[in-house]
Amino acid sequence: MMRDITLGQYYQTDSVLHRLDPRVKIVGTLVYIVSLFAAKNVTSYLVATTFLAIMIIISRVPFSFIVRGMKTIVFILLITVLFNLLLTPGIPAYTIWKITISYEGIRSAAYTAVRLTFLILGSSLMTLTTTPNNLTDGLESLMKPLKVFRVPVHEIAMMMSIALRFIPILMEETDKIMKAQLSRGADFESGGLIKRARNLIPLLVPLFVSAFRRANDLAMAMEARCYHGGEGRTKMKPLIYKSRDIAAYILIVIYFLLLLTAQKYGFKLIRS
Amino acid sequence: MGIIEADNIAYEYLRRDEEGNVEAIVRAIDGVCLNIRKGEFVAILGGNGSGKSTLAKQINAILYPCEGTVTVDGKDTADEDKLWEIRQCAGMVFQNPDNQIIGSVVEEDVGFGPENMGIPTKEIRERVDEALKILGMYEYRKHSPMRLSGGQKQRVAIAGVVAMHPKCIIMDEPTAMLDPSGRKEVIRAARALNDVEKITIILITHYMEETIYADRIVVMDKGHVSMTGTPKEIFSRIDELKAIRLDVPQSTYLAYELRKRGLHLPDGILSDKELVTELCRSYATI
Repeated sequence: MMRDITLGQYYQTDSVLHRLDPRVKIVGTLVYIVSLFAAKNVTSYLVATTFLAIMIIISRVPFSFIVRGMKTIVFILLITVLFNLLLTPGIPAYTIWKITISYEGIRSAAYTAVRLTFLILGSSLMTLTTTPNNLTDGLESLMKPLKVFRVPVHEIAMMMSIALRFIPILMEETDKIMKAQLSRGADFESGGLIKRARNLIPLLVPLFVSAFRRANDLAMAMEARCYHGGEGRTKMKPLIYKSRDIAAYILIVIYFLLLLTAQKYGFKLIRS
Repeated sequence: MGIIEADNIAYEYLRRDEEGNVEAIVRAIDGVCLNIRKGEFVAILGGNGSGKSTLAKQINAILYPCEGTVTVDGKDTADEDKLWEIRQCAGMVFQNPDNQIIGSVVEEDVGFGPENMGIPTKEIRERVDEALKILGMYEYRKHSPMRLSGGQKQRVAIAGVVAMHPKCIIMDEPTAMLDPSGRKEVIRAARALNDVEKITIILITHYMEETIYADRIVVMDKGHVSMTGTPKEIFSRIDELKAIRLDVPQSTYLAYELRKRGLHLPDGILSDKELVTELCRSYATI
């Protein structure tokens, strides 16, 4: 039942975005997020919107699929908007009873909403077009310079990819243990929060025991296959930049410059 | 000289109580001598706790003996400098297929060993393709291991070892968690590797049926080697096998019982086909 679970909500299709080197996509997403925080006027937001819209179109991922990722943050979004709206001091626009809404409040609420939405859309577009493995490879390669500071880059990447590989296995195991405990009369559904949490113990203990056993087995299997850390290791599928990746980098730079120009000379909602 | 030589080895581990104090010293293997020739197919048989898995781990240098020496292709397993050479020379396949597959895609998993050995990228590709073809898993190279059957997963694990070009493969109960058809797949693969690729195979198992094709069977009991010989020799000693709680193949047992009742059948019948032929030859005319 949980066999087909895909983590990182990868959407399988063939597009330019899917074929891009993961490093380009990670850097691109980071630049985009930075650009969202640099943008402070309508024109620059228009640039950001256009860029995102173009990316979504060429990704060939259905829009409904991308928006699905938004559901989880609707609540956070509402709270931030509300706080921005009510708590920003400035020239009053409306006054209802004791609550005053200022022009500045409206502006910052609108910007925050757009900023957060674009941030989520942009980063989920990355995870939708990149397989988790590719993402790990990309991260490993991008973090390589950190090795100078003795950050165990290879080890982190290896841990991430093993975690990704074992999530479905452990999910299956959870399912199995749950059924086994249910058949012995365990109760996972009734009672208050504390009682329920306590009832999870018979599920969690065997799950942890088995996870440790698996980890032990896996470590032995890895050693048996000559694994000895990242040193002297070669790659079966090394990441190599192709011309389209270079082009994508150039596009990202152009986008960022465009946004900064728009920021400087663009139209502002409120003169400040 | 054999490819694997174990000279009077012993291995002990400490059993601790809850406070971590040493409760007892268990001698998992005790005074084992083993000499395996190049290209041989050896089956190691034994019940639970007979020390067969511990012995297997000695060959791959995951454990090294407390007493005695193990040499693999002339290299002493206690020599840490040669650790990776030994592990490359003697690959190991474990029991649980899920816990030994590292990659999320079949071909990536098979490439894991060669990657660790520092093989150039182009050659890894060749080795992976070759290994997958040998094991008949080439068409699944892009699949996720999660969606394969147990037998297929175990073949992927074997391919992962084959891609390292070992001289010898130790299989530690590779079929224990598989269904009958998966077991057949794996045993067939092991025999093919031995016949075609001339790789030395050491198959550790407690299923008698899987050992009948071996060149030699080593029976272990309580850390000792209790019997060694060809399958025919071993399976004609049914009483001794019973004494250490090992079952013989069904047809061998049937032949044994029939002989006890006075039928004239030769010793060491291994398969049902053999039994039928023998029965027909002796009794079809009656």
